[in-house]
Amino acid sequence: MNFNATLIGQSITFIIFVWFCMRFVWPPIMLALQQRKERVAEGLAAGERGKHELELARKKALETLHEAKQQAAEVISRAEKRGAEIVEEAKNEAVEEGGRVKAAALVAIEQEVNRAKETLRGQVVEIATAGAGRILKRELDATANDELIKDLVAQI
Amino acid sequence: MSAAPETSAEYIEHHLTNLTYGQHADGHWGFAHSAGEAADMGFWAINVDSMLFSIGLGVLFLWSFRKAARTATTDVPGAWQNFVEWVVEFIDESVRGSFSGKNPLVAPLALTIFIWIFMINAMDLIAVDWLPWLAGLMGVGHLKVVSSADPNVTFGMSLTVFALVLNYSVKIKGLGGFFGELAFQPFPKWMAPINLLLEGVTLISKPLSLSLRLFGNMYAGEMIFILIALMYGGSIAMGALGGLLQLGWAIFHILIITLQAFIFMTLTIVYLDMASQEHH
Repeated sequence: MNFNATLIGQSITFIIFVWFCMRFVWPPIMLALQQRKERVAEGLAAGERGKHELELARKKALETLHEAKQQAAEVISRAEKRGAEIVEEAKNEAVEEGGRVKAAALVAIEQEVNRAKETLRGQVVEIATAGAGRILKRELDATANDELIKDLVAQI
Repeated sequence: MSAAPETSAEYIEHHLTNLTYGQHADGHWGFAHSAGEAADMGFWAINVDSMLFSIGLGVLFLWSFRKAARTATTDVPGAWQNFVEWVVEFIDESVRGSFSGKNPLVAPLALTIFIWIFMINAMDLIAVDWLPWLAGLMGVGHLKVVSSADPNVTFGMSLTVFALVLNYSVKIKGLGGFFGELAFQPFPKWMAPINLLLEGVTLISKPLSLSLRLFGNMYAGEMIFILIALMYGGSIAMGALGGLLQLGWAIFHILIITLQAFIFMTLTIVYLDMASQEHH
């Protein structure tokens, strides 16, 4: 072991290297590491947040779906009720209308019947009179036949 | 190799001699041709190989890390940036674990020490003869590739760390506080001289243990590589055994070079932490 100026040279070199490392190497690397750490932390937090939001959205969606289903059920039941009402109304109206038509028809029929009766009665009287005339012509027993004619007329 | 060494002793000595530039005994400046000549040059000589390799590796370290630092983004990192960030985080964690105070110097210091020493040590894994042989082709007589097997290098670092320790001790505890820490414990005040002696030894042992541990490990490791390399000169069986041994030792050495770099770094952090802590 013989010492010489290499000792001093080494010390100076060492100091310069350490200075350089301290000035130009260490800080930027540490800064980058620090920033990356922050970024990773941020990313993880964002992921967590996203997961949370997804959960919320899913809940919200379920709620909305539920509400929509309820509303739909309500609408359907209302529609059914309304439909039933309409059918009922229509039925009533139809019954009423039918009644009206029936009454009118009955009236018309009665009138027709009466008219036919009148006509018939007239014709019967004519026939009876004609018949009576013919009988009178043949038998001349008006009194005997009168009762017969009355009977005939009453039967009609 | 300048003059092909013949004996084993010469081979070993040749491999353990630095390429030293200094003033020869006769007054002219030049490279030393032997360990003896290098020693004769006294203090004002310089181990060119140690300086070149350590500075080269240090510059490589800073350049490559600076590249990663400049392009560092918060996006998905590339392979190199990923590696650098991994190393930096590892160092940062070590510093956080051992250093309780707040000092922007400690972490970069630890990073520099760890990577630089690791790279210097890793030169040990290159087969011992390759680079000296290449240097020999270029006419350079001696070349010691592993700078950390040169005590000048390890002491250069550990003394700088020691200076930092002294600096922070005085700065944070004050001159009196620092002196008090040395003189008034572990025994009562009236035994101050004994305390001073004990604590003085503790204090001095910090840079010594730092540098001698690293130097000793790397020097011994290098020595074993050289001894194994010697076996290639024997029979084929010896050479084959040597190859096997070299492989085994190199694999084991990967652990040692990392461990030594880590220990140097951790102890530096711990010493600086002790210097920064106030005792009451």
